[in-house]
Amino acid sequence: MTLATFLVDDYTLRTVALGAVALGFVSGALGTFAVLRRQALLGDAISHAALPGVVFAYVLLGTKGSLALMVGAAVAGFLGTLLVSAIVRSTRVKEDAALGLVLSVFFGIGLVLLTWVQRRPDASQAGLDRFLFGQAATVLREDVVTIAVVGAVALVVVALAWKHLKVLSFDPEFGASLGLRMRATEILLTSLLVVAIVIGLQMVGAVLMSAMIVAPAAAARQWTNRLGAMTIVAAGLGAAAGVTGAVASSQVERLPTGPAIVLVATFLVVVSFLLAPRGLVVRAMRARRARSRLGTHVVLADLAALERAHGGPGRAHPAATVGLLEETDATAALVALERDGLVARDLEGNWALTDRGRVEARRR
Amino acid sequence: MTQGQLEIQAIAVVTAVACSLVGTFLVLRRQSLLSDAIGHSVLVGIAVAFLVTGTTTSPLLLIGAALTGVVTVALVQLVTSTRLVREDAAIGLVFPALFSIGVIIVSRYADGVHLDTDAVLLGELAFAPFDRLEAWGWDFGPASLLLMGAVLVVDAIVVAVLWKELKLSTFDPALALALGFTPVVLDYVLMSLVSVTAVGAFNAVGSILVVALMIAPPAAAYLLTDGLGRLVVFAGAIAAGSALGGYWLAVALDASIAGCIAACCGIAFGLAWLLAPGRGLVAAIRRRARQRLEFAQTMLAIHLANHEGLPEAAVENRVGHLGEHLRWDSDFAGRVVRHAERRGLVVSSADVLSLTDLGRTVAQEAVTR
Repeated sequence: MTLATFLVDDYTLRTVALGAVALGFVSGALGTFAVLRRQALLGDAISHAALPGVVFAYVLLGTKGSLALMVGAAVAGFLGTLLVSAIVRSTRVKEDAALGLVLSVFFGIGLVLLTWVQRRPDASQAGLDRFLFGQAATVLREDVVTIAVVGAVALVVVALAWKHLKVLSFDPEFGASLGLRMRATEILLTSLLVVAIVIGLQMVGAVLMSAMIVAPAAAARQWTNRLGAMTIVAAGLGAAAGVTGAVASSQVERLPTGPAIVLVATFLVVVSFLLAPRGLVVRAMRARRARSRLGTHVVLADLAALERAHGGPGRAHPAATVGLLEETDATAALVALERDGLVARDLEGNWALTDRGRVEARRR
Repeated sequence: MTQGQLEIQAIAVVTAVACSLVGTFLVLRRQSLLSDAIGHSVLVGIAVAFLVTGTTTSPLLLIGAALTGVVTVALVQLVTSTRLVREDAAIGLVFPALFSIGVIIVSRYADGVHLDTDAVLLGELAFAPFDRLEAWGWDFGPASLLLMGAVLVVDAIVVAVLWKELKLSTFDPALALALGFTPVVLDYVLMSLVSVTAVGAFNAVGSILVVALMIAPPAAAYLLTDGLGRLVVFAGAIAAGSALGGYWLAVALDASIAGCIAACCGIAFGLAWLLAPGRGLVAAIRRRARQRLEFAQTMLAIHLANHEGLPEAAVENRVGHLGEHLRWDSDFAGRVVRHAERRGLVVSSADVLSLTDLGRTVAQEAVTR
């Protein structure tokens, strides 16, 4: 049975894979803004802070329907972000501490509520703790529809507010000076981020959800310098990680879905870090080329200086003499210059500038 | 109180104090979220050490986990040093990946034994007294109490020995570098302490609540006091108080002890935020109100000085007239007048205000300044 027919035939896998694709797409796209605005860890705080909201929504509404719990999670997550910014603005506590504080205290309160609910006589609360670690296998078709619809709405909002979000990401002061309402845009963006996180909680859980925000965007950043392209690439990478992780976890026994998705996303990040246009390999190659070009510059200049000092134009010198000036072996650079027709070797193996080389040495 | 209850509280307090001690430096160095990262990624160290030793009680588990903590920090710094992403994203990339590896190892190879992700993340303090260290026929007490006691002692010794160095590199890393300290070495010493403490504490309170204990008490102390020494003491006291308060809250609610301790840490920070002398929200509101009153009082003195000795003074300098002239409502005007009277700037007779000598000086200074 090929993977394609497997995807079509296996109901559970299809549901999980579709959910993972939708989730990866939305969180990748919105993660772009979080990463650019240095708020990568806001996602971590929101996803942990959502827990008390989930339990509270269950207690208040008496339902485990995913939409109700999502609303609870969203409210708590949003409150958490408000609290973070209030702490940063009104105290001397810095953002990192404020994030960690809100994250852990909200999570602790969620845990208190959860254990309190669990010790009540009726057992209907079973399954609430899937919001901690995520359980993709329990995702139903209705959940996938909810994820897709809510995510689509979030993406439409991104498209409508595109210009504002762009200015906010790169130069909020400039935006404010244009009369754009940056504070409102910031709240909008945070709300969208909350939405993206909340729809993923039951699938990958609070701990790993932050990776779904950070990883696709961090990978996409390496491929492009344009916001639009980065958003699309991030969404695509997120979706790819989602479906690959979901399929892998269905094929390999006892490979949990959430961690599988996160590891695929991390793999994409590593590949991008190495191979993308901004990546480490390209950077190393460029540095090498620049270094060798610098080397030939120096050798060409030395040869010109030797010529002026000893014997005038056309006088050839041994490679060792040229190298003496820089205390290195100049042969490699001389060969490279010969390839460009800037120097020539005479019969004894001594080097002299060609006419073009002399012009070039003066020009440089 | 039973012996078990006493022991649980002792474990909670020792854990809390140890966490707050190293956490103080994290908060001051703006590295708070490394505690979150380390807290999560230790899972992979514990899992790997479990694979190697096959038990959940070997001290190798602790060493493995502590090493992972250091590896986490090194990885974060490695990713940051490529300058492809910033530090926040580097943290957000590294620890979920390590955590995922840990979850996968646990679910593939350690299913069924007492090593599940819940226990690592959430901890269960209530069971801690049952795991006792017994040797040569003696009961030395709960294993985690001894462990955390040892961790606390190590933390305290290292911090005491490196006090001056840590202080300087925390507040002025550039000067520390210029004076020949090696901030990188200090950084790794601190991170090793954080790792060991986090690993020791995860047994008791779970890794996410380690974050609460490491960040919230120092953050609260930071609002209450200045000076590194006092900060450490305040943070320890707040952490210990939260641990005790959290325990009894958990008993009352019949809920997770670790969760209640985290909640109490949050409450402690909230109280400090509201009530901190000089810096709290209440102090800020009162200061603003007082400044408003002081300003209004000066305005009153200037107003009275302007009309003093002139024919309209009898009209202008009546209390009832202030509302019209200075746009104060009568309630506020009354408060300003009472305040000014108490300060001896004005005297009123039959509703007409007149300046004292002191009031005249104040008005004079305010307009000529």
